[in-house]
Amino acid sequence: MSAPTLDRSADAPVAAPVLDEAALQAHFDATIAADHRVEPRDWMPEAYRKGLVRQIAQHAHSEIIGMQPEGDWLLAAPSLRRKAVLLAKVQDEAGHGMYLYSAAETLGADRADLTDKLIEGRQKYSSIFNYPTLTYADCGVIGWLVDGAAICNQVPLCRSSYGPYARAMIRVCKEESFHQRQGYELLMTMMRGTDAQRAMVQDAVDRWWWPSLMMFGPPDDDSPNSAQSMAWGVKRHSNDELRQRYVDMSVPQAAALGVTLPDPELALDPETGRYRFGQIDWAEFKQVISGNGPCNEERVSRRRAARDDNAWVLEAATAYADKHAS
Amino acid sequence: MSEPTTPSAGETTAEGGHGAVPTGPDIPSGAEPTAANTRRDWPLYEVFVRGKRGLNHVHVGSLHAPDDEMAVHAARDLFTRRNEGVSIWVVQANDITASSPDEKDPMFAPAGDKVYRHPTFYEIPDDVPHM
Repeated sequence: MSAPTLDRSADAPVAAPVLDEAALQAHFDATIAADHRVEPRDWMPEAYRKGLVRQIAQHAHSEIIGMQPEGDWLLAAPSLRRKAVLLAKVQDEAGHGMYLYSAAETLGADRADLTDKLIEGRQKYSSIFNYPTLTYADCGVIGWLVDGAAICNQVPLCRSSYGPYARAMIRVCKEESFHQRQGYELLMTMMRGTDAQRAMVQDAVDRWWWPSLMMFGPPDDDSPNSAQSMAWGVKRHSNDELRQRYVDMSVPQAAALGVTLPDPELALDPETGRYRFGQIDWAEFKQVISGNGPCNEERVSRRRAARDDNAWVLEAATAYADKHAS
Repeated sequence: MSEPTTPSAGETTAEGGHGAVPTGPDIPSGAEPTAANTRRDWPLYEVFVRGKRGLNHVHVGSLHAPDDEMAVHAARDLFTRRNEGVSIWVVQANDITASSPDEKDPMFAPAGDKVYRHPTFYEIPDDVPHM
């Protein structure tokens, strides 16, 4: 597209704007410095693009794989109301995955290719979804603690420097609020029930609390990518800052619910007004993330089966569209 | 595709909403579109939703569908699960003509020096009412 200048004669050479890499980089840097958003067709450093694709793809994969732990309870949820709520929630997770895959596509990634990479173990998803949902209380705890941690991570991403990612996160965050509240309400209902139900809630909290803290990633001094990611405005707060914020929010929620968080070192620091907490088992985290968690194999093999066994649906839809186009 | 298939147990971060994943240099990003990517592909549609009567349709995102009708159905499921809209438009992304790849483009420059198109360009005494 050229400028509408007045003095261009037919044979005058049209000067294409020659922008060298340094000028493009300077323009990109200025956009970031002004806290403006980067949009799909802007020039961007290759590392920024690649980092975003990896981040958005793993986020999308997490939403898609994240349907499984709770999906296991769709048929077993104890009432029609609970089934309807759980179904709506699991459907939302699928929607979140779709928003994110389309954001990744604006950067040149291919959706089917990303799914293949997930299935082949070449791209990852959140470690949290490799833990099993052993009881129905786990559905409540996932809503409260796991989606609560996701909200802590995701709210700042609504201001991510990459426009399509930030816009997808705004939609996601609106819906996550329902996820967290339905989980907490489920737990409150169980806590008003029998001793056995209360014990079931406490057991679920005991199993999910530490993995939830791991969702924020390794400590800041062991997170070498964070600095660049924050400089680019892709990420807005450090892992430890977000984790601390999450602990501070969760402690009063646990008290209101009447459960104990499984950490004897958890205590209010009167000087900072924030909660100190115990040492996270990073060895476990590394085991789960590298494929040795309780459910890694099941999660990926189900995703593979969904791709392969349902391929005929896509083929049928394509055939139908072709037939009606002619 | 000849990228390494061994997962890395190396570096991890919590970037992205749902928690930590490895981000070591040996985790490929998959950013480059290739010829092989054209398999299974349905056209990309851009989706516009009218939030309620009296408002414009606004771009909300994109999706893939085999044809226009399926695109509308998928858009309903994906973007209006909570009464977010009363009307949906879908259009194949390929059919959109866009102004320019970049805000540096001279396309919008001609408007830059025409300050007289704005009401604040004209000085009117403060005591003139209703202006």
